[in-house]
Amino acid sequence: MSFNFVSEQVPGARSSAAKWIGWTAAALLAWGTLYSQLIPFSRWVVASTGVDPNSQLGQAISFFAYDTPKVLMLLTLVVFGMGVVRSFFSPDKTKALLAGKREGVGNVLAASLGIVTPFCSCSAVPLFIGFVSAGVPLGVTFSFLISAPMVNEVALGLLFGLVGWKVALTYLGFGLAVAIVSGWVIGRFKLEHWLEEWVRNVRAGAADLPAEELSVVDRIKAGVDAVHEIVGKVWPWIIAGIAVGAFIHGYVPEDLLATIMGRGAWWSVPAAVAIGIPMYSNAAGIIPIVEALLAKGAALGTVLAFMMSVIALSLPELIILRKVLTIRLIAVFVGVVGTGILGVGFLFNLLF
Amino acid sequence: MREVKVLGPGCKRCVATAEMVQKEADKLGVPVEIEKVTDYAAIAGYGIAATPGVVIDGKVMHAGGLPKPEDLARWLTS
Repeated sequence: MSFNFVSEQVPGARSSAAKWIGWTAAALLAWGTLYSQLIPFSRWVVASTGVDPNSQLGQAISFFAYDTPKVLMLLTLVVFGMGVVRSFFSPDKTKALLAGKREGVGNVLAASLGIVTPFCSCSAVPLFIGFVSAGVPLGVTFSFLISAPMVNEVALGLLFGLVGWKVALTYLGFGLAVAIVSGWVIGRFKLEHWLEEWVRNVRAGAADLPAEELSVVDRIKAGVDAVHEIVGKVWPWIIAGIAVGAFIHGYVPEDLLATIMGRGAWWSVPAAVAIGIPMYSNAAGIIPIVEALLAKGAALGTVLAFMMSVIALSLPELIILRKVLTIRLIAVFVGVVGTGILGVGFLFNLLF
Repeated sequence: MREVKVLGPGCKRCVATAEMVQKEADKLGVPVEIEKVTDYAAIAGYGIAATPGVVIDGKVMHAGGLPKPEDLARWLTS
């Protein structure tokens, strides 16, 4: 069987690749130019409404007019970049990398690969069985399953846009830490016998997949597709979220939340985690509210714990996983990950 | 007659993949019999970790995401 690369088949492919790269560069340049004009743009919007810029309404409008394009642009950039990076990875390649890895090293590798491997919660079950039956240790599989949804491009892109790259990177680091440690702890418990019986009986060799060669153009297209799919889906959530944020920004007194969600209230972290579990939202719906909470005096650790809990421990995903895990194993999963998130919350409040 | 199996629990992309296979086969005039495999244990038995998967005449050709139409055409004719 022979495989022809696209670039070898079509005589015009090389010039078409050059055209794609040229367009991508031009788009990035246009992005940068637009981004640098956002502050003048928001001033212009406020001025054109005739509202006093220092009034509550003026501040709310200025916040909305600046944050909406800023967040959408940063999100688009991050999602595009991730789309391109992910075209280099696939769940099956990741499975092959993780098969037979020792725990420890395996947990670190699995959590890291969870960030860059394309993953959709609808294929969590085939992925789980595929990993376990290929000899990936249970704890290592969990490290992947925790990190993949929690440290995603939407959460990172939005945190970057709304609260800055430092918080985004810290979220990345702590998300990885929770995935690594939780997976390792679950592995220590040796709970393989708590898998559903049919899962333990699946014997599958790795499929011998033909290599699918991707050209530069294919990878750029993957990035564009990701933007189309993700940003195209979440933008109404983001605008709604920022509108709520703008309202809180202009009208809610500065320190209203400091007593309830401030760092002085230790119980606010466990409360945030507990409230987050039954809540199910994509990162897009939750983050603008998170930003508004922070602006009004809620402690960063408490807010991040809330966010991680909403995203990483969601009821719908637990219901999907129930097909392969016994209730007891699900309880251990929720307990261990919840404890990890709790630790992150307390540590954050202590550090910042 | 090419025997094509589309592996996937019934997600949107799995349905789209099955439709793509049918469309490519019609275009090429290749007779195909498409079967959707939705049982998790059966899917796992093919050794793939991502769905949708495409199996042609018993050989796994693709796993995860939509296949490219030109790849489908090549697999169906080779």
